[in-house]
Amino acid sequence: MKTTYRECVRQALREAIQRDPRVFLMGEDVGRYGGSYACSKGLLEEFGEERIRDTPLSEAAFVGAGIGAAMGGLRPIVEVMTVNFSLLALDQILNNAATLRHMSGGQVEIPLVIRMATGGGRQLAAQHSHSLECFYAHIPGLRVVAPGTLEDARGMLWSALEDPDPVIIFEHALLYNLEGELPDDAGATDIDRAKVRRPGRELTLITYGGSLVKCLQAAEALAKDGIEAEVLDLRALRPLDSEAIRASVAKTRRALIVDEGWKSVGLSAEIMARILEDAFYELDAPPRRLCTREVPIPYARHLEDAAIPQVAGIVRAAKELMGRA
Amino acid sequence: MTQPIRLGRDTAVALLRQMIRIRRFEEKCAEAYSAGKIRGFLHLYIGEEAVASGVMPALRADDAVVATYREHGHALARGLSAESIMAEMYGKREGCSLGRGGSMHLFDASHRFYGGNAIVAGGLPVAVGLGLADKMLARDRVTACFFGEGAVAEGEFHESMNLAELWKLPVLFLCENNFYAMGTALERSESDTDLAAKAASYNMAAASVDGMDVEAVYFAAREAVDTIRRLSVPYFLEVQTYRFRAHSMFDPELYRSKAEVEKWRKHCPIEGFARRMRAAGLLGDAEVAGLEAEVAQEIARAVTFAEAGTLEPVEDLEKHVYGRAPGAPPAGRQEQGERLW
Repeated sequence: MKTTYRECVRQALREAIQRDPRVFLMGEDVGRYGGSYACSKGLLEEFGEERIRDTPLSEAAFVGAGIGAAMGGLRPIVEVMTVNFSLLALDQILNNAATLRHMSGGQVEIPLVIRMATGGGRQLAAQHSHSLECFYAHIPGLRVVAPGTLEDARGMLWSALEDPDPVIIFEHALLYNLEGELPDDAGATDIDRAKVRRPGRELTLITYGGSLVKCLQAAEALAKDGIEAEVLDLRALRPLDSEAIRASVAKTRRALIVDEGWKSVGLSAEIMARILEDAFYELDAPPRRLCTREVPIPYARHLEDAAIPQVAGIVRAAKELMGRA
Repeated sequence: MTQPIRLGRDTAVALLRQMIRIRRFEEKCAEAYSAGKIRGFLHLYIGEEAVASGVMPALRADDAVVATYREHGHALARGLSAESIMAEMYGKREGCSLGRGGSMHLFDASHRFYGGNAIVAGGLPVAVGLGLADKMLARDRVTACFFGEGAVAEGEFHESMNLAELWKLPVLFLCENNFYAMGTALERSESDTDLAAKAASYNMAAASVDGMDVEAVYFAAREAVDTIRRLSVPYFLEVQTYRFRAHSMFDPELYRSKAEVEKWRKHCPIEGFARRMRAAGLLGDAEVAGLEAEVAQEIARAVTFAEAGTLEPVEDLEKHVYGRAPGAPPAGRQEQGERLW
């Protein structure tokens, strides 16, 4: 069936609410507005105000309420409109969601799902274009996933809902319009494993989320120049699938990490560390990374394009890695 | 003239006993802390005992309690054993939080006691969520959320109050106003120190009560909880009280005068209530001595228990972070149905 990433998210929400009476969606404009990215369009009409709850602009309160509701036996899906606004709820996410289980010696369980849009590329400027997945991937007690495909947009939500721990799902804003084919009965996908999306032999492009599509396009271009790149979709950012990273790099011996977060102190640094720890002797060249430049995302189109990793930049970096610049 | 007591004798004695129990427990904690047995931060409830003691009887076993880092009294009044609390502060695995939390993070799910929270106002959104679950699952339960007046300055307080009233959630917002947020007096931090008026600005039912009078607290709490259950609305109850000791064991109390503390000590909730009980013929010296002796024994047992407690093996360090450990297989379809929390 021909569909879009957005429609996959919507169907995943619908199915979850239909299947499990404990599941409900709450967040800003998820109801009457239909979701700021139209992911919950029609759901209020279908399920009503108890299950589709428009919240006031109170990130700390409604994320914390999601925590309490999960403790109280429900399965809330909290939508934070974008990762940029999630900082208002960081206290609740870090100090409560990630931590109550441990502080209580294991007595408190928080089966909460938080969905957030992330990323830049639409000229929304600095405060609406962050990629802060690494902030959350840093925190013990959280699970963090980045569905980069239609299959995962459709399938990760259910696995996240079944998980006993708080799961944060990052949906890159540029992916919502992504088109593709997906079977009608596409089911749950796991939230643990990285996946090789394109097998290759000469280098591994390691990436996630909104950069996956760009890496696949870059791999196509590289193939035309005789370079067979493997594309590894991380899918899970916490915990990282270290074994999949190691296995791919051991095979190809070269790694280029593409991460829309800023380079310094980011996810790319973590992945590099793991490559060095686990696959140092397999490498033919130092691992490299292509990240967003060290600047708040600018508004002007040409500057934003220059700041964020693009297909041409990935191809160039890959060729440099191969010594064929 | 001493105010007559409206409560029956048994209830009055139980309240007095609870307050004495909390007072002596806190004094023992201070001793243990000075001896190096309890470490980190220790926030004592001395002077404020009437609040927890007076409120808890209004709650049922299946109601929930969310509290702050000054929560030993609340934990005791809610039913956690003195042993489990003392062991927790000694860092032993026999403690209510396995020794993972310490003084500021007492938890006991079997008593629906959810902390023990060290972020001022951080528990309020969680309490709102517990209330939301009760409402959505049509359970006749109340969530009592205790916090200090310092929390009233935080954004999370305002967001939580608004959301609870907007969605008509069964939450009791119990503000323990002891007039100091650590070292900052209320009048130096709030443009309007009338706390109940803040609740009114969210259209929330509110009241204010003298927290040094355990009987007044008892009746105010019952009225509040009855209102919540009857009308399915949240309620804000300000309880005015005073801590006789410092904010924590580290605090040199430079911000308030000894004269002020002495003035409030004259309103000690324990002495005040005992005096009224004596005047009403409900209590004599022998009974008080009996209560003190029972309490002393219970606390001595708690200390012995804590001293004899064991430590979690270091190999278990990374437990209790996830319900499903990284690398563990995904859960199968879980059974639908109500969780015990």
